[in-house]
Amino acid sequence: MSVAAWSLNTSDRCTNPAILNRWHPVAPSHAVEAGESHFTVLLGVEIVCRLNPAGEPEVRLRRDPATCVPAIVDYGCVWVCLGEPTEALFTIEEAGEPDRRIVHAGTIGVNVSAPRAVENFLDMAHFPYVHTGILGVEPYTDVNDYQVHVDPVTNDVWATDCEFWQPMAATTSTTGQMTDYLYRVPHPFNVILYKTTPVDAQRMDVIALFCQPVGPDRIIAHPFLCLLDDENTTASIRAFQLRIFAQDKPILENQLPKCLPLDPRAERPIRADRAAITYRRWLSDLGVTYGVIPA
Amino acid sequence: MWYPIADHHDVIPRHTARTSLHGQELVVWRADDGNVNVWENRCLHRGVRLSIGVNDGAELVCRYHAWRYANRSGGCTYIPAHPRDAPARTAACSTFPVAERHGLVWSTLAGGDDASEPPSIEQLGNDAFVLRARPVRAPADVVLGLLEELNWAPFGSDDTADAAVERTRVPGGVAAVASERGVEERIIFFVQPVDSSRCVVRPVRSGEPTDSVAALRHHATILADVVERAERIQSARPAAPTAETPVAIPTAPPRPERLRVRIERKWATAEKIAAFDLVEADGGNLPTFLPGDHIDLHLPNGLIRQYSITNGPGETAHYRIGVKRDPASTGGSAYLHDRAKTGDVLKISAPRNRFALRRNVPSTILIAGGIGITPILAMAQALDRAGLDVAVHSFVSSEGEVAFRDVLDRLGPVVHRYVGLDPDGTAGVLKHVLTSPDPGVQVAACGPPPMLDAIQTIADAAGWDEDAVSFEYFQTGDIDRSSSFTVELARSARTVKVTAGTSVLDAIRAEGLDLDSSCERGACGTCALPVLDGEVDHHDVFLSPAERAAGATILTCVSRAASNRLVLDL
Repeated sequence: MSVAAWSLNTSDRCTNPAILNRWHPVAPSHAVEAGESHFTVLLGVEIVCRLNPAGEPEVRLRRDPATCVPAIVDYGCVWVCLGEPTEALFTIEEAGEPDRRIVHAGTIGVNVSAPRAVENFLDMAHFPYVHTGILGVEPYTDVNDYQVHVDPVTNDVWATDCEFWQPMAATTSTTGQMTDYLYRVPHPFNVILYKTTPVDAQRMDVIALFCQPVGPDRIIAHPFLCLLDDENTTASIRAFQLRIFAQDKPILENQLPKCLPLDPRAERPIRADRAAITYRRWLSDLGVTYGVIPA
Repeated sequence: MWYPIADHHDVIPRHTARTSLHGQELVVWRADDGNVNVWENRCLHRGVRLSIGVNDGAELVCRYHAWRYANRSGGCTYIPAHPRDAPARTAACSTFPVAERHGLVWSTLAGGDDASEPPSIEQLGNDAFVLRARPVRAPADVVLGLLEELNWAPFGSDDTADAAVERTRVPGGVAAVASERGVEERIIFFVQPVDSSRCVVRPVRSGEPTDSVAALRHHATILADVVERAERIQSARPAAPTAETPVAIPTAPPRPERLRVRIERKWATAEKIAAFDLVEADGGNLPTFLPGDHIDLHLPNGLIRQYSITNGPGETAHYRIGVKRDPASTGGSAYLHDRAKTGDVLKISAPRNRFALRRNVPSTILIAGGIGITPILAMAQALDRAGLDVAVHSFVSSEGEVAFRDVLDRLGPVVHRYVGLDPDGTAGVLKHVLTSPDPGVQVAACGPPPMLDAIQTIADAAGWDEDAVSFEYFQTGDIDRSSSFTVELARSARTVKVTAGTSVLDAIRAEGLDLDSSCERGACGTCALPVLDGEVDHHDVFLSPAERAAGATILTCVSRAASNRLVLDL
């Protein structure tokens, strides 16, 4: 993606420590592995990523090439911190399992704030209407009550006991099924979903959405997959995921306001939004002010 | 102040249009009954533009989660994620006044008396011809200034050299007459202020021109020049910062407990059954109703009677009810049959529901006994509109007692009618209809108690899931509101009795105390109060497990007391 496509605005710069001091995805790792430089924008700042001869990520500010910023490579992405990295990146244990397929499904620019995209990812009620015939179908529209808690040790938000009737839950599906979901939000702008796989009753597919905050109200989305799937090609797995995301994109880009309002009265939550309700309160508690309208 | 916000080409059936007025984004859509709706362009739930939703002719359906909003009132009628829960009655889009005049749709953001009517421009007469509208990246005042100096040759004149043009300011625009060698053309240039830096010019010509395509082209060229000049002026000005419209925090509007309606029409829809169309007495919108809703009618003789609303979705201009004459009437149905007449004003309650019609099964069997057809009509039309399978089994004692035949005819072959059956005959039909329980089928019934008892017995015997069969007298829902207890309000020094069926919030408000609320479904935390003593029976989804365990807070809209007494800090 060309940097010129993003009109830079100084008000996009982030001064919010709750965001500035965290790791953010800025590129799929395959984009820098070829030895090429990758230009992008993070939190209103233009950056250039590449791998140095030792194979380590090297990320510099485009306007100040002498400055190197902290960078790591993990989960198929280059991650950067523009402030002081106070904690390590969250872990996805399944990514280390040898029989998993690891796929970075593409980079997609979306004209919306990261928290709106995360909330959409946490949402099951839209499946029959936005992902019709794939992740849901009318009239099976019920969202049964599920549980939500904030882990006292890791401070991740968890939604558990989620279930939804899906006609074609994954590339490996042949029939409809009641699909079980677990959602985990380990980072204000990143969200992970664990879902039933038709392949193995004991284990779950892992699908994550990493949001690169270009500005407070626009992102580059990096869908990340960690699947139990020996059959499908990487291209068809990507195509499936991109098809799903392409259905979400026009919804996300038509949400007003683009930043997520944290005042619970600003929009009208229902019981099915329990995960989002907790997520919004959690963002307030973390002191997040970027990409949101604080309560 | 009224402004044109769209023209008639924008509000064609089953479409939506998006526009803005003074920075307020609006969705404009026409229902099948001809009514044009102008609403804030945001779904209440997650802020998605309703203009990308679906206009099904009766309701506007959000693209994201398919929340449905009713024609006229903008009230939410269905939330598919929770098919068994009626949406909160306070859930409604912000609506704006609307009028159609001179081929344009008009609206205003101002409320109150100021908003009574859009201007009527005499010069236009009745045969207005709407010319092509042009959006301009310049504010309305710049464009109005240029229009006040605009010279043009009237369409149909050969020479463009020296046309005489007279211009005057009119409400919302500039009226101009151009004449040359006996050819005269009258145009009003209305200007819609989109926001502080944009507007739309909406020209309307008096009278349809002989060659309308040529006239449209003629005027598009003239206007293109105005647009170019306006945008040049604007681009020379320092750029104004464009800010996103701040989110207004909506507060639930007070819901009238009683309202006044006028009998607009009264007629005999069947033997011994009178039908009434009730409209809002002052000409406003009636509160949103859900399929299966009923209203309490407060009769002038002091009696209160309940009647089901028969309307299909989107039929929101009136409530249509059917009243059967009860031979043992103590003055309720007798009053309505013998004395109530067109033009009378009655008091009614806002619509209420005993159970919400769920639409999460492919197929529904509706059973009506006699006048019990009234709520069934509303349900059948809603299901039919939603594209779900429905079968209506209607039992009447004689052919003359078939009420609302027009609606039944419109529903067509899904209606099965049984005339003059005795109880055994009725049971025989019911056994046949309810032969095989199916998880994809639900049953809803309304009729006289013996018939409902028979349905219950037959359904149980056939093995229907208790959950799959609903009766008009049944109370369902996820929250058990059957408990009653007392609430002491410590600071107000008052004791409130919360009875079965009412919420703590309702009880506090009934006492005249003010308490804010928003979602009224236990999801937003607005109505939370600190608990000083007593045990809470939590029904909300807002509090964390730890907060629930601590018991120091109650969401008064849904949660109740687990003890006999609660002491709240209010």
